[in-house]
Amino acid sequence: MMKKIKNMSDTNMLLTITIVIFFAMYIGAILFLGEGFLKPQTFLSILNANAALIITSCGMSIVMITGGIDISVGGVVALVSMCSAVYLDQKGGSIGGAILISLAIGLAFGIVQGYLVAYLDIQPFIVSLAGMFFARGMTTIVNNKPFNVANEAFVKLKDTRVIVPGLGSYNRLGKYIDAYVEIGVVVALIIVVLLFVLLRWGKLGRHFYAVGGNQQSALMLGINVKRTKFLSHLLCSLLAGIGGFVYFLHVGSGSPSHAMGMEMNAIASSIIGGTMLTGGVGNIIGTLFGVLSLSTIQNIVSSAGFDEAWWTGITIAAMLCLFLVIQSVVMARKKKALAKQ
Amino acid sequence: MGNKMNKLTNKKRLVSIILAGVLLLGGCGAKEVSNTEDTVAEDQFSEEIVIGFSQLGAESDWRTANTQSMKDTFTSDKGYRLIVEDGQQQQSNQIMAIRKFIQQEVDYIVLAPVTETGWDTVLQEAKDAGIPVIIVDRQVDVSDESLFTCWIGSDFSLEGKKAAEWLHQFAVAKDIPESDIHIANIQGTIGASAQIGRTEGLQEGAKKYGWDLLAEVPGEFTQAKGKEVMESLLKEYPQINVVYCENDNEALGAIEAIESAGKTVGSDILQGEIMVMSFDAVTKNIMRCIMRNKITFDAGCNPHHGPRVEAQIQLLEAGKVPDMFSYVEERIYSYDATVPSLEVDNNSYSVTVVTSKTLEEFK
Repeated sequence: MMKKIKNMSDTNMLLTITIVIFFAMYIGAILFLGEGFLKPQTFLSILNANAALIITSCGMSIVMITGGIDISVGGVVALVSMCSAVYLDQKGGSIGGAILISLAIGLAFGIVQGYLVAYLDIQPFIVSLAGMFFARGMTTIVNNKPFNVANEAFVKLKDTRVIVPGLGSYNRLGKYIDAYVEIGVVVALIIVVLLFVLLRWGKLGRHFYAVGGNQQSALMLGINVKRTKFLSHLLCSLLAGIGGFVYFLHVGSGSPSHAMGMEMNAIASSIIGGTMLTGGVGNIIGTLFGVLSLSTIQNIVSSAGFDEAWWTGITIAAMLCLFLVIQSVVMARKKKALAKQ
Repeated sequence: MGNKMNKLTNKKRLVSIILAGVLLLGGCGAKEVSNTEDTVAEDQFSEEIVIGFSQLGAESDWRTANTQSMKDTFTSDKGYRLIVEDGQQQQSNQIMAIRKFIQQEVDYIVLAPVTETGWDTVLQEAKDAGIPVIIVDRQVDVSDESLFTCWIGSDFSLEGKKAAEWLHQFAVAKDIPESDIHIANIQGTIGASAQIGRTEGLQEGAKKYGWDLLAEVPGEFTQAKGKEVMESLLKEYPQINVVYCENDNEALGAIEAIESAGKTVGSDILQGEIMVMSFDAVTKNIMRCIMRNKITFDAGCNPHHGPRVEAQIQLLEAGKVPDMFSYVEERIYSYDATVPSLEVDNNSYSVTVVTSKTLEEFK
């Protein structure tokens, strides 16, 4: 019982740190870089651009909490958006069909990778590395050139805006512009809430933490470790499929270079959000803030005049270092406390 | 119980550390605020012009020179503030950058688009916000041309025509039968305006003068791909004596491939040399290649859009309407004066022979 409380407090403490740093960063951006960041739409634009990353990062967090990793998510996102794009643009398909294709691709990756990891006991890194190469290769086979989708129904859905009341602002022509989010953001927030509930109160959620924390104990508690691992990978790939469609809805095109390095951003977001690579610790709300922190820092770096892409890379590296140090300090403290006990 | 206490104090200590950190950050911020307020006041006096530039990426030397030209033109001592956003070859990044510029209420948006389609929505947003958009380099395909203010760029089909005309004049001057010219074309990224214009120029020339156009293969504007493509072309077509590369990075790769296959590059094509023709001519390194006759012909593609964009912005500031489409001036470079000048579409263009003096103009 004591142990459980301690684990929870780890999660909560890391979560608190993430949220505090995020707000400190955002306030800093408002102070240093001024008005752009003061407008609610700047924040909403960050959400719009990162809805897909939020969804894939949630999946990543679940796999990481269970003690695994999945680096195929970026490839799956690219494959899903390419297949949906080709289906809608060249095959004259419907949006419902494209969503089904997205879910099917996600599920297929989840079943194969989950089976290999859980039942054949292969390292998740290797399995998903193969998955990544496969997905990237398939994307290029489906179509090797980038193109925009002109399907009318799709473009209409892509341009649909969910108006956020009360957050709009006047532009310099004195015209009132409504603040808005894209549909993807709504999907992402619903998923965050559902997964939060699942992880906090669901039986499966507790199993994820237990398996990631200590496999042997989980086994002794009578948890079906293999099934739990399988389900974590299945969930992750399914979320990558959903994230892929949301990504597609945001960019409106298919391209082999889509979502390059997205898996790494998802891992980084999860870690910044307080999920530990060693498993057993993590929180979906933290992951949400992890994505927000990551994208806000990218926004800040480019607004501050460091326009070359590698500057954002370096800042993210520094940020990751900071969080890893904080995490290890927290864990060392906990160990000390346990030793005293 | 003791444990619980211990834990509590630990937690307290951590919280206080974080609080201290935040306070420290806040402190720095507060100091900075007074500074920014000062500069804001100053800005209002000097009427700083803020320009948001969405560059599509940094894939070639040409692109880097293009970005640099903007940075060199819009400096703070001239009263400009330039915000550059690297799109990393993704249209979604560029759209996000434009939205950011709109939020920041910049005075002008300059866009170097990665693709031609898909800009309607975001350009409409810029128009609604009353921000003029200047397109540079590649063109945009929008339903309503009033969505952007003007376009500045290179005339790629003219570049292609210049190259074809030069090759024809060269063959005449050297007394080479046109049917003995065996050309391989290493194309750019398919669909890019530069690829389309340059390929068309060559195809028209080949049809008109009866050259033997052996193959057209995409080399994606990169050195690595250029080399790879050239290697396989040499194996397939040993008779190649002219390589038409659609940018300089591809040309460098092609030269590497030719030399490692044991052949020589040069303009003496009847004696078994392979002649390299190329486009862009923006770096000193390329100029050296032309001087040594590694690249015999190079149609310049002027990346220095900055001054031209500045001229348009000054026109707009003065309340005038700039031309909707304008081309930057471009030179033609060659190893020697076999062809001193060209005539394309009734305009005459002189050919610059690259000497050590020409080299000094390049970085």
